[in-house]
Amino acid sequence: MTNRTASTAAVASSAPEAARWQDYFQLLKPRVMSLVVFTAVTGLVCAPAPAGRSPLNPGLAAVALLCIAVGAGAAGAFNMWYEADIDALMRRTRHRPLPLGRVQPSDALALSVLLGLFSTMLLGLAANWLAAALLAFTIAFYALVYTVWLKRRTAQNIVIGGLAGALPPLVGWTAASGSLALAPLILVAIIFLWTPPHFWALSLVTREDYARAGVPMLPVVSGEAATRRRILAYALVMAPTGLAPAFMGLGGWPYLVIAAAAGAGFVALAARLAGASSAEIAAKRAKGLFAFSIAYLFLLFAALLIEHLAGVAPLTAPR
Amino acid sequence: MSDPRSETTRQARARRGRNLAIAVALFAFVAVVFVVTLLKLSGHVLAFAPAQ
Repeated sequence: MTNRTASTAAVASSAPEAARWQDYFQLLKPRVMSLVVFTAVTGLVCAPAPAGRSPLNPGLAAVALLCIAVGAGAAGAFNMWYEADIDALMRRTRHRPLPLGRVQPSDALALSVLLGLFSTMLLGLAANWLAAALLAFTIAFYALVYTVWLKRRTAQNIVIGGLAGALPPLVGWTAASGSLALAPLILVAIIFLWTPPHFWALSLVTREDYARAGVPMLPVVSGEAATRRRILAYALVMAPTGLAPAFMGLGGWPYLVIAAAAGAGFVALAARLAGASSAEIAAKRAKGLFAFSIAYLFLLFAALLIEHLAGVAPLTAPR
Repeated sequence: MSDPRSETTRQARARRGRNLAIAVALFAFVAVVFVVTLLKLSGHVLAFAPAQ
């Protein structure tokens, strides 16, 4: 038995309370699910109808979104099952159902596998099998590449693993259109570049937690100053990328203005964080950047969503 | 001395909640598959309907 499974078993063996259904729901990481659904619905709404066919039926679109949400939940449950030992060591995560011993590890794993299989199969039946394959890839990438392989091994964990969180708009797009395209890949790129500064801002505040758990997050491995500089570098690349949907047939003038203003705000906050003169000031600014990063992603995707629902013309022809 | 295997009120309530959640989830799954089947079938029926 490995150290990880031994400590997970030790954590779970106490089993102080009976599991409630809410504990199983918490395993699905509902807050992450809500972000996944929001970005996926944007991809789904922005996508054109399949060539020569009618658009995806709204009922089937709703089922497709449900499948994407449940698929994200399956990946979250796997992550909680595998990381129960380090979750128990961190203040932010020690109240999760597995470290508390409310849910047995085998139940969490079974829930993850079942939900992953059912969500993928149902997405294939309701939408198409390309979208189902992408969803399966997303779940596997988060569970195996990020959680099992990268998380405890490299400070680049969140950089590479962030691809899993970036793919839902592509899954939504593919569910609606039945094919891949360049335009949704730019949405993937935005979330992919947004993920490291978002999580590094959080890990600057929870650095001690990660160090105690032995997770090589960037502030633990390279120090806080290097992390703050890296956040600024990513922000400088991410902000212009955020403008790209306006030039790829996805966004109109309102989107361009919002993305430019939000991107400038992101870069300004990252620069202020990079130039912090003390650890206390840096911690305060990191919290501010973390909160703003959530608003940034919400603003960009909400702008695209509202533009498409309201029929605002994109700046350029769709690609 | 009470039987250590007997359920407390809290455990019994948690078990009832879990059972109910499983029942709801199963029913919802069957309903979703039923709706998906209907919608997919109706799409095919329309696709093969003779032109008026």
